[in-house]
Parts: sequence; C-alpha cells; structure tokens
Amino acid sequence: MSETREPEDIVLRLRGITKRFGALLANDAIDLELRRGAILALLGENGAGKTTLMNILFGHYLADEGEVLIADPGGTLSPLRGGSPSAALEAGVGMVHQHFTLADNLSAFENILLGTQSLARPWLDRRSARHKLDQLMEGSGLSVDLDAAVGMLSVGERQRVEILKALYRGARILILDEPTAVLTPQEAERLFETLSRLVEQGLSIVFISHKLAEVMAVSQRVVVLRAGKVVADLATDETNAANLAETMVGRAIPKTVRTAMAPGEEILNLNKVCVAGAHGRLALSDASLILRQHEILGIAGVSGNGQVALSNLICGLQAPESGSVILHGQAIELGSPSGMVAAGIGRIPEDRLHDGVVGDMNVWENLALEDYLTPAFSRTGFMRRGAARAHARRSIEDFDVRCPGPEAATRLLSGGNVQKLILARVLTRGPNVILANQPSRGLDIGAVTEGHRRLLDARARGAGIVLISEDLDELLTLSDRVAVLHRGRMSPAMATEEVTIRQLGLMMAGHGTERTAHDAA
Amino acid sequence: MEIIEILLTVSFWAAATRIATPLIFGTLGELICERAGVLNLGIEGIMTAGAMAGWMAVYQGADLWTGVLFAFAVGMIFGLVHGIFTVPLGLSQHVTGLGLTLLATSLAYFTYRMILPDVPSPPRIEPFQPFAIPYLSAIPFIGPAFFKQTALTYLAFVSVVVVGLVLYKTPLGLALRAVGENPAAAEAQGIDVYVMRVGAVMVGSGFMAIGGAFVTMSAFNAFFFEMIAGRGWICIALVVFASWRPGKALLGALLFGAFDAFQVRLQQALGGDIPYQIFLMLPYVFSILALIVMSRRAAYPKALMVPYRKGER
Repeated sequence: MSETREPEDIVLRLRGITKRFGALLANDAIDLELRRGAILALLGENGAGKTTLMNILFGHYLADEGEVLIADPGGTLSPLRGGSPSAALEAGVGMVHQHFTLADNLSAFENILLGTQSLARPWLDRRSARHKLDQLMEGSGLSVDLDAAVGMLSVGERQRVEILKALYRGARILILDEPTAVLTPQEAERLFETLSRLVEQGLSIVFISHKLAEVMAVSQRVVVLRAGKVVADLATDETNAANLAETMVGRAIPKTVRTAMAPGEEILNLNKVCVAGAHGRLALSDASLILRQHEILGIAGVSGNGQVALSNLICGLQAPESGSVILHGQAIELGSPSGMVAAGIGRIPEDRLHDGVVGDMNVWENLALEDYLTPAFSRTGFMRRGAARAHARRSIEDFDVRCPGPEAATRLLSGGNVQKLILARVLTRGPNVILANQPSRGLDIGAVTEGHRRLLDARARGAGIVLISEDLDELLTLSDRVAVLHRGRMSPAMATEEVTIRQLGLMMAGHGTERTAHDAA
Repeated sequence: MEIIEILLTVSFWAAATRIATPLIFGTLGELICERAGVLNLGIEGIMTAGAMAGWMAVYQGADLWTGVLFAFAVGMIFGLVHGIFTVPLGLSQHVTGLGLTLLATSLAYFTYRMILPDVPSPPRIEPFQPFAIPYLSAIPFIGPAFFKQTALTYLAFVSVVVVGLVLYKTPLGLALRAVGENPAAAEAQGIDVYVMRVGAVMVGSGFMAIGGAFVTMSAFNAFFFEMIAGRGWICIALVVFASWRPGKALLGALLFGAFDAFQVRLQQALGGDIPYQIFLMLPYVFSILALIVMSRRAAYPKALMVPYRKGER
C-alpha cells in the first residue's frame, strides 16, 4: 500500500489472534486493522472463523494467543481485557449478533436500557434515556416503535433495535455479524443507507458477510478469511467480486448452468387449494399449480404472502380447507408428514435448524430421521444402529458434510453443513417431488452452489422441484417456470425466459397479474 | 342463599386474608425466582424450614421480628444451595428443587427434635397479634376484613408493592427480568447472569421462608410436623395463575384463601350428609378451574428452566 496512515487513525487492531476449539484451529494468528469512519468487510465462508474472531473481540471467547487493541476517544491504542463483554462495551465496541440477543417479552426500550444504568440505582431513568434515544433515532435514521415488545417486531426492526442498543451505549466500533442474512432485499438496502450515514458521523464498522455484492457495495477494505487464516487484505476498489469469491473459497467457483430439458409427466397438481392462515384468514386462496418431471417451478414473493402455507401443505404439515392435491394422478392423504414422505416427497424446510433437524441428536440419527421405521434401519422394533451409522458415513462423504463424524451433535454443525445434511437425507431417498423452501438463505457461496448443483442433478434424474425463494437471481437461474405469490394468491406460472426481474418485482408487489387486476375490478 | 350470606360476612374475608398471607409470601418468592429463569421446587421445604427457624428463634428468647429475620436468612441459605446447583452448575431445576424440599423439610424436623427431644405437647410462643391500621380499618367492610390483621399480613401487602416496583421501575428489576427472558441478551449488555440468578433465588427463597414463619408465628403459635401441608405447591400454581405478576399474585392468593375459608364455612353449613373431604377438595378444584381460565395465554419467562452456559449459543 502506498498510502501513509496516521497512527491515530486506527481505532482497532488485532494482533496474532489465535483460538483453538479442541483440535480445530478456528483462528490462526490473525492480524487486522480498522480505521476510523471506515467499513471493513470480513469475508469468508461458513466456518472460516469470522464469527469466532468477532466473539473474541467482543469478549464472548478468550483468545488463546494474541491481543486486541482499541483506541480510546483520544486515539491512543490500548489493550482490551479479554473474555468480558462489559469490558468491550466500555471500550466502545458494540456487536450485533447474527442471532439477535434480544429478550422477546421485553419492549424495545427495555432491551436498549438493559444494563445501561447502575443496578444499585433505585429507579429506572426512563425520561432522559428516551430523550437520548429520540435524538439517536433522528440522527441515524433508525426508527423503531420503542414501546412494542420485541417479539412483535419484524426482523428488520429487531436489527434496528440491536444497532440502537450499541449506539446508545456509545459504541465507536460496531460489529455486524451477517446483518443481511435475515433481511429482505429492501430491508438490506435500508440498512446500507443507515450504515453509510453512521460512518459519516464517525462510526467504524466491521461488516461480516459472505455475500460478495454487499461487500463490494458497502466496504472500503476487505479482509478475507479462509480456514481461520487471513488470506487477503485488500482495498475494495482494487478487487472485484469474482476475484474475492475465488480467494474466499480457495478455488474457482463453477457457474451454475441450467440446461434446457423437456418436461416429463405431470407429477403434482394443486387445484384451487385454500389453506387456513392466522386470524381466520386464508394463507393460500385458490392456488393452482402443475409440476412436471424434469422441472423446477420457482415461487417468487415477498415473505409472508403464503409461502409458509404452501410449504406446509406440500410437507403435509397442514391440510387444505378446500381444493384438490393430486400426486402421480392420485389424490393423496393430506396433512400427514409421514404420509407425504412415504409418497415420495422430499422436504427442504425454510428454517433448517428448527424444522429440518433435531439439534441435540447425532448426525446419524438425523440422517435416519425419515426412514428409521424402514427395514433398512430397523428390525423388530430396534434401530439397526450399525446400518444407520454406515449410511451416515456414506452420506457425510457423498455430500461433503463437514463434521467430526456420525456421532457429532447436529447443533454444533454450521448452517451450510446442516443444509448439506438435510440435502443428503432428502436426496438419497430419490424423491419424485422436492419442496425446497429458501434453500440458500444464510449460506455461503460454496454451500449455495453445491445446493444448486444437487437440485439440478435431482431434476436431471427426473424429479420435479418446487423452489420457494425470495432471491430472484436464484429463482431465475434455477427455475424452468416461475409463479408469484401475493397475498395468498398464485399467479399462473410463466416460462423463465419470458419474464424479467422487473416484471417479477411488480407482481410481488401486487401489480401486473391478470388475476389481481381482475380481483380489483 | 346461605352461601351468599357467607360471602358477605366480614369474618369470612378476614379469614381468607389470614389464609392467603403465607401464600402471598410464597408466591412472591417463587415469582422472583422464576422471573430470573429458575424454577424453585424447594419452596415446600423452604417454607417448612422457615416455619421452624422463625418459631424456634422466638422460642429460644428472640423477639418476633428477629425471628422473622432469622427465617429469612435461613431461606436465603437454602436459596443459595438451590442457586449454586441450578445456575453455575446448571443441574436440573426440577430434581434439585424436589431434593431441596426433602432436605429442608427433614432438616427442620431433625433440628426441632434435636433441640426439643422430649416435649409432651408442642410448646407455644406468644405470636404476632392483630392490630388495626388507623383510618384504613375504618373503611366499612374492607377495613375490618383486611386491615385488622397481624403485622406479617401487612408486610405481605407491602412486599407485593415493593416487588412490583422493583421489577418494573428499577434497573435491577429490568436486569432480573432480562436474565429470565434471554440470558445471552443480558450478558451481551454486561450483566452477570449467574450473580443475578443466584441472587434472585436467594431473595425469593427468603420470602418463602417468611411465608412459612407466618404459619408458626402468626396464624398459630407452635410448630407441628406437616404443618405447611402443600402450601408451597399451591404457590407454584399461583405463580402461573398470576402470569408472573406481583399484583395478580396477591389476587390469586386471596382468591385461594377465599375458597379455603369458604369450604370451611360450607362444611359447617351443609355438613352431615356430605363427607368433609369433598369440601377440603373444593379449593383445589376451583384453583384448577381458575388456572385453566386465567393462564392459557400466560407468557412464560422465556428462559425459565433453561440453564445458561456461558459462551454457548
């Protein structure tokens, strides 16, 4: 680098941070510098050690080696006491975790106030806190209903509460761990605007991500981690997305290409299906779709427009109020998850940790979860543990699930590896119909490409796939046809080649379908 | 019609309040523990220990208030035991709590027999006496029913207000609720989850012990075996009934007290043909019904019964 740095310009310096978890070297002698008023992107695949590094910085973990230096308001760097979140808070470090640390039953205001006033104080000073927060909200453009219980807020609002919480405590360095993983594109856009405003006001930000487009858009510098090591430290405008992707993964990324394929027989037919939603409303009304072999049918839509109901219906978690569901030309028993599995439906759920696996069970148990009653895995009422473990070992290898072995507890796996585990469970059964609900959400490029390849393989094999996604690029890459869900109504499916992103966007907002036009009339 | 007349007598409500007092203390104590995320099934034993300790202190010559303080301290010690097992060690709150009930009950009986090896009939102390609160006791009906009680009953009323204020109006209360809702969030804000939880369990257990002490030092004047008789378990249900709110806890305790006082009077009014056990059962039946009506939508403290382990998320 030719630029000369003023020493006082640096607000955070990590020197030689090393952290081991048992045999795993999560962070290997990491050096990193953050300058005042800059956004530093920390890029890396799942399991590369990004979150571990930031947890060390914030005091959740204690580093085995190395030190963290933080500048005081005057600009002098001094070492931070490790292993103590309160020390980090005091030094001006705020962290927004990927999984928010908010208490749902408390109001946003109480969540922000928590721990900011001495516990020995006889009463909470709400008025001055309120005043300070109002100013903060105005200055930063982060607006939230402070009196609402956090559990009632949307994900984007909760994130704003988290950021406000950090700012309220006077954070000068803000760590954002995968901030856009849970956001809709619009919310993400709004977040970026807020961040650039905050940076102008002198805040320094570490932005953890594995989404290249975001990193290119918001950061000034990029540090790339791979397998616990810093593999690149670059100015953002000296690199590009493709280059970063290769650096991050460590090899060239194969581009996902969908080859045209003649659709086969019709395998799934929903005809005017209505599914009940909350508060007596219909979550899905008169939805019809036809799925054929060798076909991926994409379902676009802003979340909350009936995707959950559609997914529940196909997974057998909810029975329809009316309408017919025909699988392979036969009406099937609905509302029974095991019946759906037996009928040859593969399910990749949206919330993979919650609905996809049982976290406290082993990898092999989770892999056998849909088949444990079949003769392959059980005999006379007893599990054939050997067979199930052998099956697990094969799956782990075939699907490259990175875990210590079949006995590992599933909750300790990273998101990408849990998804691989689910893919392994679903695809080794050779299902005819696959429901994939947000299969790439929160995953890194490597895992996403891998998942896409698996889905395309299944399609080539003859499966029909219903792909529900909010990511339009993903939908247009994978789908043969796309339909849009808006307020529980499904548009007719259109050939992917004949639609544009703009058109889909309009339909997602409720404009432009014949159907809604008809309804409005 | 007799039934309605019962409900309209002052003495009925005075009795209901008397019966409710130990329940108010016990429910508040349990509520404090559970708000911090720790279920305390040691309550039955802690109330027994408090009943014995407070009474014994007075019998040995201490004055009544010293006895109450001693009971509180004994409760805190048992709370410390429960807290250490369930919070930093993260053991099952159910198992630890039930074990603590057995331990505390047995220790109370054992100590009683150790100190008084051979007394023919239970010795007595001079208990708290009722006194009227000026002005308040002059209110028609309500005055004589609620404000001609003993000092411990008034302490129970005051405690409800104090616990309510602390929970909702102080930084301490906010921190306490937060460790019961989401300990990771509390820790990320620099609050020591272990200290908060153990502290809450200790204070809560102290309240339970005072509830026990009321029985031997105010309602009666002696200590018998089995005298707590399931009051602790009622408090566990009352906390759910109260949706973890102190004001509703008071209401629930009074309601249960009323049921209990009512069944006694009903026995007198209708006794004879119906076995008396049926009447004894009534308050519990009513409680279950009330629980069903009131608590179906109760919002549990989200981290209740979930041990918090640092660094694990």
